[in-house]
Formats: sequence, structure tokens, C-alpha cells
Amino acid sequence: MHPAPSVIFFTAFSGLGFGLLAWLGIGLPDVTGRPAFGYYFIGYALAVGGLLASTFHLGNPKNAVKAFSQWRSSWLSREAVLSVITLLVIAPYAIGRIFLGTDWALLGLAGAALALITVFSTSMIYTQLKTVPRWNTPATPVLFQLYAIGGGALLAGQGAVAALLLLVLGAAQLLAWQKGDRRFAEAGSTAESATGLGRIGKVRLLEPPHSGRNYLMKEMVHVIGRKHAQKLRIISLLFASLLPAGILLFLPASYATVLLAVVVHVIGLLTARWLFFAEAEHVVRLYYGK
Amino acid sequence: MTTLPAKTEKKLGLVIDLDTCVGCHACVINCKEWNTSNYGAPLSDVDAYGPEPEGTFLNRVHAFEVTPEDGGCAQTVHFPKSCLHCEDAPCVTVCPTGASYKRTEDGIVLVNENDCMGCGLCAWACPYGARELDQLAGVMKKCTLCIDRIYNENLPEEDRVPACVRTCPAGARHFGDLGDPDSEVSKLVAERGGIDLMPEQGTRPVNKYLPPRPRDSAAASGARLEPVAEEPKGFLAWLDKALEAI
Repeated sequence: MHPAPSVIFFTAFSGLGFGLLAWLGIGLPDVTGRPAFGYYFIGYALAVGGLLASTFHLGNPKNAVKAFSQWRSSWLSREAVLSVITLLVIAPYAIGRIFLGTDWALLGLAGAALALITVFSTSMIYTQLKTVPRWNTPATPVLFQLYAIGGGALLAGQGAVAALLLLVLGAAQLLAWQKGDRRFAEAGSTAESATGLGRIGKVRLLEPPHSGRNYLMKEMVHVIGRKHAQKLRIISLLFASLLPAGILLFLPASYATVLLAVVVHVIGLLTARWLFFAEAEHVVRLYYGK
Repeated sequence: MTTLPAKTEKKLGLVIDLDTCVGCHACVINCKEWNTSNYGAPLSDVDAYGPEPEGTFLNRVHAFEVTPEDGGCAQTVHFPKSCLHCEDAPCVTVCPTGASYKRTEDGIVLVNENDCMGCGLCAWACPYGARELDQLAGVMKKCTLCIDRIYNENLPEEDRVPACVRTCPAGARHFGDLGDPDSEVSKLVAERGGIDLMPEQGTRPVNKYLPPRPRDSAAASGARLEPVAEEPKGFLAWLDKALEAI
């Protein structure tokens, strides 16, 4: 699939933002007043920024508001609705923390749960697609959840807990890559099943339908960059998981240490998310001999 | 709501005969001509006269080569592909705005361009590459089964079929109600063993493809002729010897 920057930023940063808001919702760190403002500002900036980024890839953004209407059937619509509800539920809790110095714990817990459900619905936009076997597995929501909770813990200054979660994330990511590499073959779609000509014999594309490119090929038959996939996997594993975990565990705790770990983690997260799209093979490529 | 109807009154669709299609692309051109000037936004072209022309099409013809496993002769199959108007259309349920829908009366899958925000998720959900986001209009385009022809009483009756069917010079494309077992298209599918594309995707396409009939194979029929002469005779025998001697 085409790794469009808007969708990479959308999934990466909204995930981080909602992850941080989930930690804040359960009262970790237990902050009020000015420091609380800082934490909530970062959480909202990431979540809202990510959501805004998602609108940049729309062909016809004037209809974007209609995306709130189909929550009964569409995961993308559910994601839109849930993210707004989550931000609205956490807002009074944040105001209580920042300006009144109070902890309305139940409201915070509800907000935290909603934040994680929002991340789940984001992941389901991709998981639901049978046409992309690499995404169409329980590993996708698990990974999105771990990136949100792990990255959120890092932003929430949860030191050793964050380090542990990032290591779990690294292991899960490694496992997901290994299983993901076999998914397309396991799903069973081939040039033979795509054309129904398998009963005659082996099928290969003789002539594409046109000499140029088209929307489908640009969007779903993306192959550029896969050759560097192994190197990029190592980079993203190091930067998203191992390095920030090491920084948190072995460097003296301070804002600067956390900031360094966050910067390193975001580089790894963006690399991993780029790979998530670039490595995903869509079954339509079978009609194009790729 | 972008939920699918439990049942549609008719299942209008196409039956495409892969044995008859000659790959002339007339259906592609007539589809583009009709649909760029009628329902919805035109089907735009980008760099139409430049080095890298591309554009939006609702129907494209691929050509595949099939080689039998037993080593027989390979054959070329021309393969037109457009929306299959699936009964379990995944493109409809993923739509967040309600633009995509499947009609209860005839099963046609359509996009309401006034609601489409151009997110492209329906194109991702379609296994067949049947939906293309128009690069200029920014909305999703797909086969409408020429909904503005098939019910159009201003057209002569013989023209009330999809443009691709009307124009096919080989008679490889058939249009009708696949939900009615007594319709011409249903009979054709039963007789020729019509197939679904990518049945493993669980989309239950309405459109069917008629596979090429089995070809005679030289090996199986023993039709290969015996050689009439292994050794040359007469002038050729003399020439053969003379050349050997040099």
C-alpha cells in the first residue's frame, strides 16, 4: 500500500496522544495545575494533530463531516465519533486537574477506557480489510494498542513501566513481522483464483490493461522501497523499543532523558508505521502481475 | 446507512464470456465515453497528451497467459474487469460517509458523489480494483451498470443495456438479472459453469465469468501427423551426399 505521510502521521500521533491521555486518565502521573496543563496540552496536541493530518489525504474534504454518520457499519466512522467523544469526556477531567486541583477519578477512568477504544477502532480500519492479508489479523490491534500504551507511558514519564512496555512492544512487533510475511500466501489468493483460470493451468499477466500507471497501482500496488525493508525493520525495532527502553533504564531520570527517549521512540514509530503501509500487499496486485 | 440490504429484489449484473472476448477494448472506450458525459463527475485524464498519460476508467481489459500444468500449449485470455456488484460488498460497509450503497431494488452498488469525501477506503476494501478515485474530482468512481441507460425510456429499447454490453462486437458481454434462475444470463451461467473471481474473499460477486472451453490438445487427441519421409530421396538425396562429401 502507498505509505502516504498523512495516514502515517494520523495513526502514529493520534495513537501516541490517546495513549498519553489514557495514562493521564488513570491519574498517572498524579499532576495538577501547571504541570498537568503541560501533559494535557501534549496529549491533545498529538491526538488532534493526528486527526487533522488524516484529513489531508481526502480527495473531497468538504464532505469530511459526514464521516460521523455511519458508525453502525463503518470502523472509520466509529473512529471519528469515538475520538471526538473521548476528547470531550477527558476535557472536563483535565479542567478539574489543571484549574481546580481535583481528581474526578470515575470521569478519568471513563476517558482512559474511551481513549484505548478509540485506538482500537483506528486499528480496525486496517484490520477489517480482507484484501490486505498482512493487516487482516489480530496482531494489528494488539500492535496499535501496544504502541499507544507504550508510547503513552513514555510521554507520561512512567520510567521503568514504560521501558518494560516498550520491550514488550518490540517483541510483539518482531513476532508480527514474522507472521505477517507469511500472511499473503496463507490467505490463499493467487493469480489463478483472481482470474478463475486456475483450472486450466498456471496464470501470468501477458499485457497490462494500459501502458501508463493508474490510481489502483499508485495506491495499492506500491513496491518501491521494499528492498530496504530488513534494514528499516532493524532501525524501527532499535528506535521504537530497545533504545528508548535502555535510555529510561540506564540514564538518570530527568525531563531531558525522557525527551531524548521520546524523540528516539517517535523516529522508530514513524519508521514502523511507514513499513506497516509500504510492506502491506493488496490482493489487487495479482491482476497487475506484481 | 452503509449497511448491506439482506436481500435485493433483482441481482442485475454482467456475464463475461472469456472464450469470446477478443481483447479489443471497445467496452473500455464506450464505458469511458458514456460515463464521462453522463452520471456524476466526468472520468478525468491527467497528462493526456504527455509522456505519462493516465486516467480514470470503470472497466479495464487485462490479458493473461494460461499454461496447462501438463505442458500443453499456453493460451491467451483477454480479461475485462469492472465492478462485480457483490452481494457482500466490502466497499459499502467500510464507507464512513454513507456515500456507498447497494440498491435494494436491483442490487447495483453505487456512490453518491454528493456524500463522498474521497478517503479511498472503499477502493482499499475492494479485492478487484473496481473503484478508482478520480484525480481531478476527488470522488470515488465506479461502474454504475449504466443505471442511466438501463432504465432510460428516452433511449431505443436495444440501447437499454450497459454501454460495454451494447458495444461489444464479439458478443462476449451479457446483461441481465442473475437472481432469476430463468433469465438468459442465469441459463448461460448454468450451462457454461460460470465462476466467481476470488471466491475466498467471501464477497459473493453477482457478475460471473464464463471460463474458456477446453481446447483440443495435440498430445491428447493423437492428432500429430506421421512424418512422410525420414531419409531424403532423388535430387535431395544427391545434394545431401554431395554436401557430405565436400
